[in-house]
Amino acid sequence: MNASELKSTSSGMVDSPVNIEPPLWKQPDATPFVRIENVTKKFDEFTAVDNVSLNIYKKELFCLLGGSGSGKSTLLRMLAGFENPSSGRILIDGVDMQGIQPWNRPVNMMFQSYALFPHLNVADNVGFGLKREGLNKHDVKRRVGEMLDMVQLGHLGKRKPHQLSGGQKQRVALARSLVKRPKLLLLDEPLGALDKKLREETQFELINIQEDLGVTFVVVTHDQEEAMTLATRIGVMNQGLIVQTDEPHGVYEYPNSKFVAEFIGSVNILEGTVIEDNVDSVRIESPQAGCTLFVPHGISCAPQQTVHVALRPEKIQMSRVKPAQDENCMKGEIIEIAYMGSLSVFKIRLQSGKEIRVTQPNFSRDMGERFTWNEHVYLSWDVHSSVVLTS
Amino acid sequence: MKRRSIFLNTTATLGFIFLYAPIISLIVYSFNESKLVTVWGGWSIKWYGELFQNEQIMNAAFLSLKIAFISATLAVVLGTMAGFALSRMGRFKGKLLFSGWVSAPLVMPEVITGLSLLLLFVAMESAFGWPAGRGELTVIIAHTTFCLAYVAVVVQSRLVALDQTLEEAAMDLGAKPSSLFFLVTLPLISPAIIAGWLLSFTLSLDDLVIASFVSGPGDSTLPMVIFSKVRLGVTPEVNALATLMIAIVAIGVIFAMLYMRKQNKILQASQE
Amino acid sequence: MSSLSGNVWLTGFLTWKARFKFLQNINWGRFSVISVPYLWLAIFFFIPFLVVFKISLSESAIAVPPYSNLLDFNLEEAYVNIKLNLGNYLYLWEDSFYLDAYLSSIKIAAISTVFTLLVGFPIAYLIARSDEKHRGILLALVILPFWTSFLLRVYAWVGLLKKQGLVNEVLMSFGMIDEPLTMLQTDFAVYIGIVYTYLPFMILPLYSALEKMDLSLIEAAEDLGARPIQSFFMVTVPLALPGIIAGCMLVFIPAVGEYVIPALLGGSDTLMIGRVLWDEFSLNRDWPMASAVATVMLVFLVLPIMLIRSKTEKEEGAA
Repeated sequence: MNASELKSTSSGMVDSPVNIEPPLWKQPDATPFVRIENVTKKFDEFTAVDNVSLNIYKKELFCLLGGSGSGKSTLLRMLAGFENPSSGRILIDGVDMQGIQPWNRPVNMMFQSYALFPHLNVADNVGFGLKREGLNKHDVKRRVGEMLDMVQLGHLGKRKPHQLSGGQKQRVALARSLVKRPKLLLLDEPLGALDKKLREETQFELINIQEDLGVTFVVVTHDQEEAMTLATRIGVMNQGLIVQTDEPHGVYEYPNSKFVAEFIGSVNILEGTVIEDNVDSVRIESPQAGCTLFVPHGISCAPQQTVHVALRPEKIQMSRVKPAQDENCMKGEIIEIAYMGSLSVFKIRLQSGKEIRVTQPNFSRDMGERFTWNEHVYLSWDVHSSVVLTS
Repeated sequence: MKRRSIFLNTTATLGFIFLYAPIISLIVYSFNESKLVTVWGGWSIKWYGELFQNEQIMNAAFLSLKIAFISATLAVVLGTMAGFALSRMGRFKGKLLFSGWVSAPLVMPEVITGLSLLLLFVAMESAFGWPAGRGELTVIIAHTTFCLAYVAVVVQSRLVALDQTLEEAAMDLGAKPSSLFFLVTLPLISPAIIAGWLLSFTLSLDDLVIASFVSGPGDSTLPMVIFSKVRLGVTPEVNALATLMIAIVAIGVIFAMLYMRKQNKILQASQE
Repeated sequence: MSSLSGNVWLTGFLTWKARFKFLQNINWGRFSVISVPYLWLAIFFFIPFLVVFKISLSESAIAVPPYSNLLDFNLEEAYVNIKLNLGNYLYLWEDSFYLDAYLSSIKIAAISTVFTLLVGFPIAYLIARSDEKHRGILLALVILPFWTSFLLRVYAWVGLLKKQGLVNEVLMSFGMIDEPLTMLQTDFAVYIGIVYTYLPFMILPLYSALEKMDLSLIEAAEDLGARPIQSFFMVTVPLALPGIIAGCMLVFIPAVGEYVIPALLGGSDTLMIGRVLWDEFSLNRDWPMASAVATVMLVFLVLPIMLIRSKTEKEEGAA
């Protein structure tokens, strides 16, 4: 699998493998649109952002993903100009943002709380930024109208914010931040306040709007599902550092650390010692798993080093009969089953006491064949399914 | 708790009676034909007529209203600046001292404020010749000074409660600090500014002690005139004046409560 | 030579340019917002205290203004004579009158505050327990006196408390007393006056604290066996404590320095320090003495109050 054979666009559709250009971040001589260079932000003794360097390319929908206190919001605020880096610099479209105030930056922000001006109606809210630019009334009215139509709120121009529903407020906030056609749009937890159904709808709308307008988006979120759906690339943050930057597929299937593996989706982590270190493969003895683990890629490590192997629940096969392979095969007892409708989640306790999570789609409507509690099962997986974590 | 003890109801009702009995007595006796409190001479509005013909009271009333208006307006401008300086300007040299100066008038006995300002004016006059004599101007300066403390407190608490992301959003959309203030911050703190103005107006109109210290001959304010009259005993014209003032305030309070009720409805709707 | 002078000239120009840039970089908006009220308060609030202190150190004189100069220049003989009169302070210290007035003010203010609390608490409690409709009206009824003239409200009691006043008339017509009571010009009248005029200041913070109280806490106490009186003192009062303290501060502090109430309602033996200062100033024409009283009031009254307030504010901020 390489990029030229399979390209996922951000809407999740697979293009036919004809002459497709690799995305900008894969082109070695592409100029980044936003350059964050060795940026650190300290609040007295506390380091919120620790020497972060990041390149964001034009028309990306880049997601900063992390828990609270990870520094993602601080980084976003530095892009907007509400905080200044303690050291390092930020360049947007080649221009150093040092000393440039928020009202002079080609950046707009959509706030988590929407921050709609309560004393202005919807049209005036959306037109606020245009009036600051000095546009005449006629042009302001026209562009506001276009924008409101784009977010399907054309009929609500005269309403005041307190008369709107949560979803409507969110769209006004989006319209207001996009109407100025900024080079860069920052979104702070844009879907956080919406209920699940609305969130799913809005996710795709957001992607479509971004593609239509061609604006570069930087989204901050703690919700990894949101990041996976929206992003062209994800930057996972933890305690002020960017731990991994990659496309959603890369972050999920090739996490570089325990933190990233555990943060995104659910994962099983097996511990073991390296017994065979080859150039293109490695064998790991794992008492925890009760078997030898074989991974078909080389890693750099010391002999007899303790390593962790990540294995996603959906990649594991469960069977009552012992499979042919001896490696990558574990044995245990089903202790918990959760029936989720489209899939079932199983918890299996191995002999070592370690609990493994396995998910299986419910192919059959028939309950008869299903696995049940206290059954002894074998867990096995394809060699390519697991990843050794480097940190 | 739906049940309320009779004890509670009785004491509270007595409390309200205590609160209003003197006010009602003032109103009732303003309509008393007889000058004496002990004798009820029948209903009459002659004291209102006397009131409006009393030049001394009328002039004093006009002067007090003028002083109150100017002082309240000045106090609102200075007090809003002070409120901003304390809540939005971060750290600056001498902030602690400034903060103390702004909040001190709230606990300062009026006799001290009055005395100190008078002595200042006297010293300034002998040193630079200004202010030349005491009167309207010195009272305005004095009232502005202690009223601005109240405005600053009210504005400061409103600013602290104000959602800062609104200001950030405005800046992000291109508003420079001055546009930000006039287009976003000011409309949003306007209730506090109006409340501050009304409070300052009332305090100025009602001030006796400070005005007595810093005013000059010929510039007697309404409280000064009332005070000198009532030291001699009850005067029905003052009762009439009191009734009028109570009526005006009552109308104002009713309007204010209705307005606040409407605003609360809007606020509740926006939080759903 | 020319390169040297050229360098000097260049340095001078660059320094000037740097200074100009510095001036440009001062945020003039921010500067004026801070400095205008600062300057105003410095001139009209702070400096007056310095003047008061200065005059407290001079002597009363028959002059306009009625105090002597501190500094005495004599240019011919080239000396400066500074005369600091500590006599005023000495007098304050020696004559028990002033100490009595100070202590009496505190006593009267404290007692009045307690009574105000006792009268105001039921009212505040009633309003807090009322339903939405009635609450607004009741609050308006409390706020209305607050906005009417303080002076007029005190004056109202003159008419009520005098010998031929309403209270005496009512009591006599009910046969409760035979002779009219002397209520005016007494300490008693001052207590009533303070309680009456400061009542709204006590009710509003109390109401605010009581309104926030969670009713289910009382129900929990009762469920655990507490009778109404017990739950009142063990649950309601402690939870309302911030409001109680706020209300007491709002009454006690201004009451100590009161002038109008003792002047209109109090007797000549009702000693309150605010009135003492006023009398010293206007009746005795003794400006230096009044200044000394003011200075002592500042140090022993205002400063402790400010310190206590800033301390309670810090604790509230931390909590």
